[in-house]
Amino acid sequence: MGRTLTYWQAIAEATVQCMEADPAVVVVGQNVDDAKGSYGTTRAAYERFGAARVVDTPNSENAVAGICIGAADQGLRPLVVHTRADFMFLAMDALINLGSKWRYMYGDQGGVPVVMRGVVGRGWGQGATHSQSLHSVFGHFPGLYVAAPASPADAKGLLISALRADTPVVLMENRSLYATEGEVPEEPYTVPFGKGRVARPGADVTVVAASLMVHEALRAAELLAGQGVDVEVVDVRSVRPLDEDVICSSAARTGRVVIADTSWARYGFSAEVAAVIAEHVPHALRAPVRRVTPPDCPAPVSWPLEEAFHPGAQKIADACLELVGGDRSAVPALAGVDAGFIGPY
Amino acid sequence: MADPAALLRDMVRIRCVEEELADLYRDEQEMRTPVHFSVGQEAAAVGVCAALREDDLVYTGHRSHAAYLAKGGDLPAMVAELYGKETGCARGRGGSVHLTDRAAGFAGSAAILGEMISVATGAAWALRRQGSRQVVVTFFGDGAAEEGVFHESLNFAAVHRAPVVYVCENNAYSISSPIAARQPADGSVTARARAFGITAERVDGNDVAAVHAAARRAVAACRAGQGPAFLELDTYRWREHVGPGHDTGVDRPREEVESWLERCPVRRAADALRPGAPDVEERLAAWDEEFRDETRLAVAAAKAAPFPAVDRLTDGAYGSPVHAS
Ligand SMILES: Cc1ncc(C[n+]2csc(CCOP(=O)(O)OP(=O)(O)O)c2C)c(N)n1
Ligand SMILES: [Mg+2]
Repeated sequence: MGRTLTYWQAIAEATVQCMEADPAVVVVGQNVDDAKGSYGTTRAAYERFGAARVVDTPNSENAVAGICIGAADQGLRPLVVHTRADFMFLAMDALINLGSKWRYMYGDQGGVPVVMRGVVGRGWGQGATHSQSLHSVFGHFPGLYVAAPASPADAKGLLISALRADTPVVLMENRSLYATEGEVPEEPYTVPFGKGRVARPGADVTVVAASLMVHEALRAAELLAGQGVDVEVVDVRSVRPLDEDVICSSAARTGRVVIADTSWARYGFSAEVAAVIAEHVPHALRAPVRRVTPPDCPAPVSWPLEEAFHPGAQKIADACLELVGGDRSAVPALAGVDAGFIGPY
Repeated sequence: MADPAALLRDMVRIRCVEEELADLYRDEQEMRTPVHFSVGQEAAAVGVCAALREDDLVYTGHRSHAAYLAKGGDLPAMVAELYGKETGCARGRGGSVHLTDRAAGFAGSAAILGEMISVATGAAWALRRQGSRQVVVTFFGDGAAEEGVFHESLNFAAVHRAPVVYVCENNAYSISSPIAARQPADGSVTARARAFGITAERVDGNDVAAVHAAARRAVAACRAGQGPAFLELDTYRWREHVGPGHDTGVDRPREEVESWLERCPVRRAADALRPGAPDVEERLAAWDEEFRDETRLAVAAAKAAPFPAVDRLTDGAYGSPVHAS
């Protein structure tokens, strides 16, 4: 048994190791230097390197994105932290209209290595503007790498890849994952972009997911194992590039696919995965693809609505059962993911 | 000029509501939505809103309870919103950071920094174009004044003479970050407003009489078509940034917090009143009881009210259905 870390500790460790290895790495963001330290993820870096390399910024996401692109153009490697991904909409002009296109637009003379971490809120009435998952939004644009790690080990490996990349990277972190634990190697290592993994092998149905939904899919798989349904869970890890092979080979094996996402179905991650399957392995499908996503409304605050809004293991299990023709009433009800979360953040 | 006793009473009401709610929030864990309490900053909302007519409009950022109440927003509807109930001012969909009471002229609050600065500017622009004499006020923090949209909005308002009063409640912090770490020492938010040619005043934001006097000047100028106007009100929040606790000794130095507790806006207004009103302490005690009761009633009503029906989850994402013809 190796060493166990939480998801936030894995990010904190990767940050410190990259800063040790590369003096160009700087952490930038609102309140990154305070006692809470961005859910603990920037605390160790601040203690180790101080304010010179862990830089608290004014509330100026638009300018900070451009500032970091300029800094990257002149040799720094900024790691920008947004305590809610929703704030990244203010950073999008610089990141999308310039950062993602920089290398190509200027004739491939070098890219701007800016890394942006965005935290996705969920639970405790985070509501319409503090719980959006933007991986599909950013995943739309060529020139960006976009990843949404589910495990502590991947959170570390993908962050190290990001801080060694020569192209802008967006990392989406669901707040509900910070306390989760897993084995994490001590030495620095990378997890490549565009390489998914089979998080659990199974023969009957494939669930494709990223980030928090991987855990929900694993819970659903556990539940269904008791019903004789063998669920395979594919964790794509990156949404751009997207590992088409791991998705298609699993779909070809099971013939049934559920795609679970924390963001809306329309034009989203789930739509993209379904398109990839339709393009490459259409004849393998023994049943239509099913998507488990939030309904078409902004995230509500009121907790019964919130509970109904965010998809979880229960809905994934229902979708899997539908595809295998199983009996839904046989599956016990599950509590929501945030049942144990005590507010107020 | 508003009656000083009325200003004091309005501040006491907000103080009582906020303290009652903060304690319940902490003890019950039933208001499941992030809340930014306004305790300590009552004079800003009360002094400014007392200078407004009922049909004037207010737009705010996340720290919105005080302005909502000072503008006449419905208390039971606000409390029900915090409890996520169907009877809430946003029907439980928006939470503390999306309060609204259109009938009272509290147009809305929003959680993304700086957004409402531009929205208030646009509302004022529209009203002026339509020949209205209404004035729009927007409350925001020192931290929001760092967003690009702050500067872009002031520029637009100055060019178009939009009747909007920008009220920056400078509590010297953005979450844990002190203003000195974020803005140059020899600058000020007021100076930036003046750079756009906007009449701007920096006022002691814990002195409700001074705030009110400045707000009357600003509102009068806007109403007369000489807008926009700008107020920077120095103040301090008593509780942690979000939630019912305290960050004393963690994010903010103890001596600093204590020095501001001594500059309590409620105490200060009461002391100013005392020479002409020797019974001020009795009045304070009576108000305290009255408003805590009022809050408890609102809480009881909120608790008794139904949650939104889960099968109505997506209602309201669009208005009436649009059919292709
Ligand atoms: C665009 C954006 N960036 C960051 C945040 C996170 N945030 C919420 S409140 C806040 C502090 C704002 O400080 P200030 O404007 O001074 O208001 P105060 O909380 O002090 O009343 C921050 C950084 C946000 N809501 N929106
Ligand atoms: Mg502030």
